[in-house]
Amino acid sequence: MHGTKAKDTTLLIVVAFMTMFAPFLLNPFPAGSELAQFNAGYPDLMQRFVIFGIFAIGFNILFGLTGYLSFGHAAFLGVGSYSAVWMFKLLSMNVIPAIVLSVVVAGLFALVIGFVSLRRSGIYFSILTLAFAQMSFNLAYSVLTPITNGETGLQLSLDDPRILDGGGPATSLPVTNLFGWEMRESTTIHAGAWSFDLSVGYYLSAIIMLACFYLSIRIFRSPFGMMLRAVKSNQQRMNYTGLNSRPYTLAAFVISGMYAGLAGGLLASMDPLAGAERMQWTASGEVVLMTILGGAGTLIGPVLGAGFIKYFENIFSKINEGVLHGWFAVMPDGIEDLLVAIVYPFVGKGWHLTLGLLFMLVVIFLPGGLVEGGQRMGRFAFRRRDRKAGPVESSAAEKRAASSKPAE
Amino acid sequence: MRRVRNGRNYMTKSNFTRRGLLKTSAGAGAGLALPTVFTGAVWAEKHTGFTNAPQGDTVTLGFNVPQSGPYADEGADELRAFRLAVEHLNGEGDGGMLNTFSSKALEGNGILGKKVDFVTGDTQTKSDAARASAKSMIEKDGAIMISGGSSSGVAVAVQGLCQEAGVIFMAGLTHSNDTTGKDKKANGFRHFFNAYMSAAALAPVLEKLYGADRNAYHLTADYTWGWTQEESIAAATEALGWNTVEKVRTPLAATDFSSYIAPVLNSGADVLVLNHYGGNMVNSLTNAVQFGLRSKQANGKQFEIVVPLYSELMARGAGQNIAGIPGSQNWDWKLENQMGDRYTGTNAFVQSFGTKYGFPPSQAAHTCYAQTLLYADAVTRAGSFNPCAVVEALEGFEFDGLGNGPTLYRADDHQCFKDVVVVRGKENPENEFDLVEIVEVTPAEQVTYPADHEMFAGGSLGECNPGA
Repeated sequence: MHGTKAKDTTLLIVVAFMTMFAPFLLNPFPAGSELAQFNAGYPDLMQRFVIFGIFAIGFNILFGLTGYLSFGHAAFLGVGSYSAVWMFKLLSMNVIPAIVLSVVVAGLFALVIGFVSLRRSGIYFSILTLAFAQMSFNLAYSVLTPITNGETGLQLSLDDPRILDGGGPATSLPVTNLFGWEMRESTTIHAGAWSFDLSVGYYLSAIIMLACFYLSIRIFRSPFGMMLRAVKSNQQRMNYTGLNSRPYTLAAFVISGMYAGLAGGLLASMDPLAGAERMQWTASGEVVLMTILGGAGTLIGPVLGAGFIKYFENIFSKINEGVLHGWFAVMPDGIEDLLVAIVYPFVGKGWHLTLGLLFMLVVIFLPGGLVEGGQRMGRFAFRRRDRKAGPVESSAAEKRAASSKPAE
Repeated sequence: MRRVRNGRNYMTKSNFTRRGLLKTSAGAGAGLALPTVFTGAVWAEKHTGFTNAPQGDTVTLGFNVPQSGPYADEGADELRAFRLAVEHLNGEGDGGMLNTFSSKALEGNGILGKKVDFVTGDTQTKSDAARASAKSMIEKDGAIMISGGSSSGVAVAVQGLCQEAGVIFMAGLTHSNDTTGKDKKANGFRHFFNAYMSAAALAPVLEKLYGADRNAYHLTADYTWGWTQEESIAAATEALGWNTVEKVRTPLAATDFSSYIAPVLNSGADVLVLNHYGGNMVNSLTNAVQFGLRSKQANGKQFEIVVPLYSELMARGAGQNIAGIPGSQNWDWKLENQMGDRYTGTNAFVQSFGTKYGFPPSQAAHTCYAQTLLYADAVTRAGSFNPCAVVEALEGFEFDGLGNGPTLYRADDHQCFKDVVVVRGKENPENEFDLVEIVEVTPAEQVTYPADHEMFAGGSLGECNPGA
């Protein structure tokens, strides 16, 4: 385990750099150019990147470390959102109480669900969590309509009490803030043809994500994390040695539930609305996809996976027929129409298809997810450079290649 | 031993990623360093005091419609109408209802001389997805107005977002009382009629058709629109002397309604009210017919089905099952031909829509087209894209020639008041577009209600928000 600390610190610094400069990194194309379509550096999407990053990091603590595949994590996200919006309605538009409550409520919720579900493992555990999540969804959707406002979603209204903010009906809807900094506040920097949006909401989410990322590194490297990995590799053997593994798995479940609740609370803080569909099984499935796509059990993988999926959902889905015709306008009419007809099913509302294909490719050829892809590319690049280097370095390269070979 | 190796493996994984990331980010950083040279002039952008003030010679509108889910058919037709409206605003095509519109401010040179551009998005008939899509239109594409929507839940959610962001929301197909009732917003406007108006127009016709002594069973889509329509219809029919036996809520995403239809048979009801729309209604009506409800006798009377909110698209989906079933519409493409010149504009719109797409437009298409024109006209009359100026221009605006006869945009709640069309499914349709026959047109006065009516109470417009 030598050098772990230094490596993790570097990883943390890299992630910090990426998140802090994301508004610039994600807007590589000049505004107004044809390629601006692919820019992802607008506040809403960047917020989604980091918030779903938090969600996936939390999920990975459970799935990546213990191997318990929960299919109901969206329930915690939804519960977090509802708690946060209620906090905005009743107490204050400040995001702190909302986020705190959402984490606490999601934690309690996870404790109850985890306590029951963790009596089983494997597929039975997955089914139990799925059942609980669908139950929560249906409750939120119809039975608990007075609390959740059903399909319409819970929203702020002008005559909410908002006790700490002075109360009284407002003339316009108040905005979520952090001690006066409005979440939707953003500054646009223009530099030549480029423009970059720096938004308060994004930076708050990004800082919280970094904190979560750091916490997850600490958990991964702690004795507790080692215990969770032991659960994954052979729980039975562990139990035979007289060790009760359930407190560990329950703790992991609650921690990841709290991460999800935090993500839900943040989502509501950025946009004060909570809808029942946040708890649907598709939403639970999405975080599983994110984690597997990025690389389950790796530190950075889930964040990459979350970004990848959200990018597809928001950018690819907006490419419509008109945009395609714009791209292929140079071609002769017949070929243009043909190309549009070929590409069209894969973009716009067909983005799921593209994502599905990519997911298949990743699972088949890169079982370790995007992280493994990055590793292979890195190894390829380094090997070529190393070949040119002198004999001393090439032996180091061999060693490096050997040590990075997949263990199983 | 194995476990330790596993642990080391995690380290190396992160090691390589880190390098990869470092390289990419360093590269991207270097590329970005070049243009990041700020000058005073660039900082002082042409800010005109409201969100997404159009720069340059184009203006961007955002059309946010359901392209998947139970209302996808309506969404597709709305999108066609939006494309047509943009064409007409930019002076292409035959001009459609621009020629019949009572306000002559629009000249077919875009809006205030700026060419109209548009972006589209998929609401998925989910509030969350709709808001994300609208947000990206506002934040990324710089849309100054958002329109569309085929679900009131979505419309209410997006209207709230537009209010916060400081852009105008021109609601498309949304029929819930709440959109201009308890959830009304200063930046939001609705041309489409609502559940209260449907009930007010439908009740006299129902009395004429089925008498004043009936037992009604409601199946209701479980969200804001269903709730308010159920409330409105129940109130209006109970005023006739009808009895409401049962109100059952069904999930919006449901596709099979057999389990909801079966209990109707033995409930003692003799009328089934389907507060369903789009794909929901097509499925529930089909189920109801399969269960033999329409040929059934109950309480010594013929069993009847009522679909308060109707549309051509639904009629097409439901096919033969729709014959004879009454309902209400905001507009119908045969209106001018059958009801005369009062509804001028209808034929002009049907003509240009038909020429472009090969079939007549639905009411969803009509309301979206009208909303786009109304927005463009308001901007032109106000001389500014500023949302507050647009709100002022639309409030209390009286117009004609958009197919519905004389219409008022009421200032108190931003709801349009116009005639309501009561229709029935045709017994022997001549072709697949002629499935609906107009029973009567209820004049606007008969469906007008005070702005503080109890079904619309509980909200307030607030103040118009021009945003940043």
